[in-house]
Amino acid sequence: MTSRPVTTESAPVRWLLIGLAVTILSLFLLLPLAAVFIEGFRRGATVFFHALTEPAARSAIQLTLLAAAIAVPLNTIFGIAAAWLISKFRFKGRAFLISMIDLPFAVSPVIAGLVFVLLFGAKGWFGPWLMEHDIRIIFALPGIVLATVFVTFPFVARELIPLMESQGTDQEEAAVTLGAGGWQLFRRVTLPNIKWGLLYGVLLCNARAMGEFGAVSVVSGHIRGKTNTLPLHIEVLYNEYQFSAAFAAATLLALLALVTLGLKTLIEHLLGHTSNTRH
Amino acid sequence: MSVSIQNIHKTFGSYQALDDVSLEVPNGSLTALLGPSGSGKTTLLRIIAGLEFPDPGAGRILFHGEDVAMTPAGQRGVGFVFQHYALFRHMNVAENIGFGLSVLPRKDRPSKKEIHERALDLLKLVKLEGLHHRKPSELSGGQRQRVALARALAIQPKVLLLDEPFGALDAQVRKDLRRWLRQFHDEIGLTTLFVTHDQEEALELADQVVVMRNARIEQSGPPQEIYDHPRTSFVYEFLGEVNKLADDRYVRPHEIELRFAAEEGVDLTGRVSHLFVAGPIARLSIVPEKGSKREIEVWAGRDQVDQMAISQGDVIGLRFPSSRRKPQAAEGLPES
Repeated sequence: MTSRPVTTESAPVRWLLIGLAVTILSLFLLLPLAAVFIEGFRRGATVFFHALTEPAARSAIQLTLLAAAIAVPLNTIFGIAAAWLISKFRFKGRAFLISMIDLPFAVSPVIAGLVFVLLFGAKGWFGPWLMEHDIRIIFALPGIVLATVFVTFPFVARELIPLMESQGTDQEEAAVTLGAGGWQLFRRVTLPNIKWGLLYGVLLCNARAMGEFGAVSVVSGHIRGKTNTLPLHIEVLYNEYQFSAAFAAATLLALLALVTLGLKTLIEHLLGHTSNTRH
Repeated sequence: MSVSIQNIHKTFGSYQALDDVSLEVPNGSLTALLGPSGSGKTTLLRIIAGLEFPDPGAGRILFHGEDVAMTPAGQRGVGFVFQHYALFRHMNVAENIGFGLSVLPRKDRPSKKEIHERALDLLKLVKLEGLHHRKPSELSGGQRQRVALARALAIQPKVLLLDEPFGALDAQVRKDLRRWLRQFHDEIGLTTLFVTHDQEEALELADQVVVMRNARIEQSGPPQEIYDHPRTSFVYEFLGEVNKLADDRYVRPHEIELRFAAEEGVDLTGRVSHLFVAGPIARLSIVPEKGSKREIEVWAGRDQVDQMAISQGDVIGLRFPSSRRKPQAAEGLPES
């Protein structure tokens, strides 16, 4: 017998496991990703760029960016507030609040979209009142933002709660005894301690906000050039057999995913670095 | 500044942390809050700091005669040093120390340069010159402790509060820092309270020791008085080694005299079950020949043990001090 650590498998077993992991990874993750880019460029760069610059595509990109630009800051504020409340205070209903934050993860996005239609749609609870006052929520930007906010609500809070809980309240208490007010406390003590975790949560929130399909699909109404977000635009193109254009648009979302992953890795590296030096 | 605590109660849910606690801390004194964990000592310290508020009722906290019970922590002029220092991780040492000045209202706030200089002065005061640019993670435990102290002193507090100041340090650093803190207190004369569960620390350092137990103050007074005249059996047993004799009297190991068994005036004879000699002190365990078989600890001079040629297994005589005491208020206290 060769001597090897008890926790190490023999060479054939190791290669088998590595091979299995690589195969599954390639088959289910790398291959589809490559396919998106190959299909997008199949009919040449001209078609590719035209697909991204035609009016309907530009409108979809703009709408996606706009919805994310509204939903992500809102959820950043909600997320910080919820995490602060949950991790620094003990109160009645705290456990309930934690479950509520997870609700969007537990509910199917389609149901989430339908709920908004039931509330604000023409035949919904508030529909007649909204119509009277000429306010459009469903099949318009507000509905899309609402659905996006709902679906991406947990990302920031979920990221911050364990981080803030592990840091405890010692530093905040020290700042209080030194005379810091509430805003100074948050900006100069709490925020610097959570900044990487916060950025990480915002990043994931943003990726989901731009990529959300189900909930947005229900409330958007698919009005081309008006209420189609990028994922909806891709579906429309695909259903119209414009495969190259669909895949060209899809490369944008794929790129978004790659950039998110890259930044996420970088932040994790930085997070790991700071948590190692934590005392 | 003097601190006066009057009839303070504190409950957390159904748990009573402080039960009618009253305490006078004279101006410029160094007071130790001593007790086992769960005795309420840290809660009392946090209430003085304003990090907790007492139950509403008759209780009062007076700083120099002025009631501060409802004053927010930041306005009490209290410097607090946390058990694990609670330094701001993302700031360097100078920024940590200057924090209290940098959050002052704009009209009272010194310039950045002045704050930095003040931080350097304080760093000199705590003997850490030249470390101003370090991050807390680059400091040893003892250094962090002193940075935390400098940070608390930067706001020129009228009262200094320290929660288990030496708890997280190793034995040697702890001893050095303890002496240093005593000298430091004598120099600046700031009214100081610290929490500890280590009786040796409390006795060595403090002018006034407050022994706490089960949310109440068991006894308070100068260390010598507390050590020599404990009011309850709990205080007796908590402060240093003590023997409880068969007649419920207490006697400390160093108060017992060694005699030959046949000598006159011997109170008790017993067999030496264990003998341990370390430096000038010999520690003996004696099993009485009659009555209770409870071992009695005796500390004697090594030369005496050598002179009498005592070795393990010998039968020797013990003489107790004539003034051996019963605690005055032993009622209602559990046997240990």
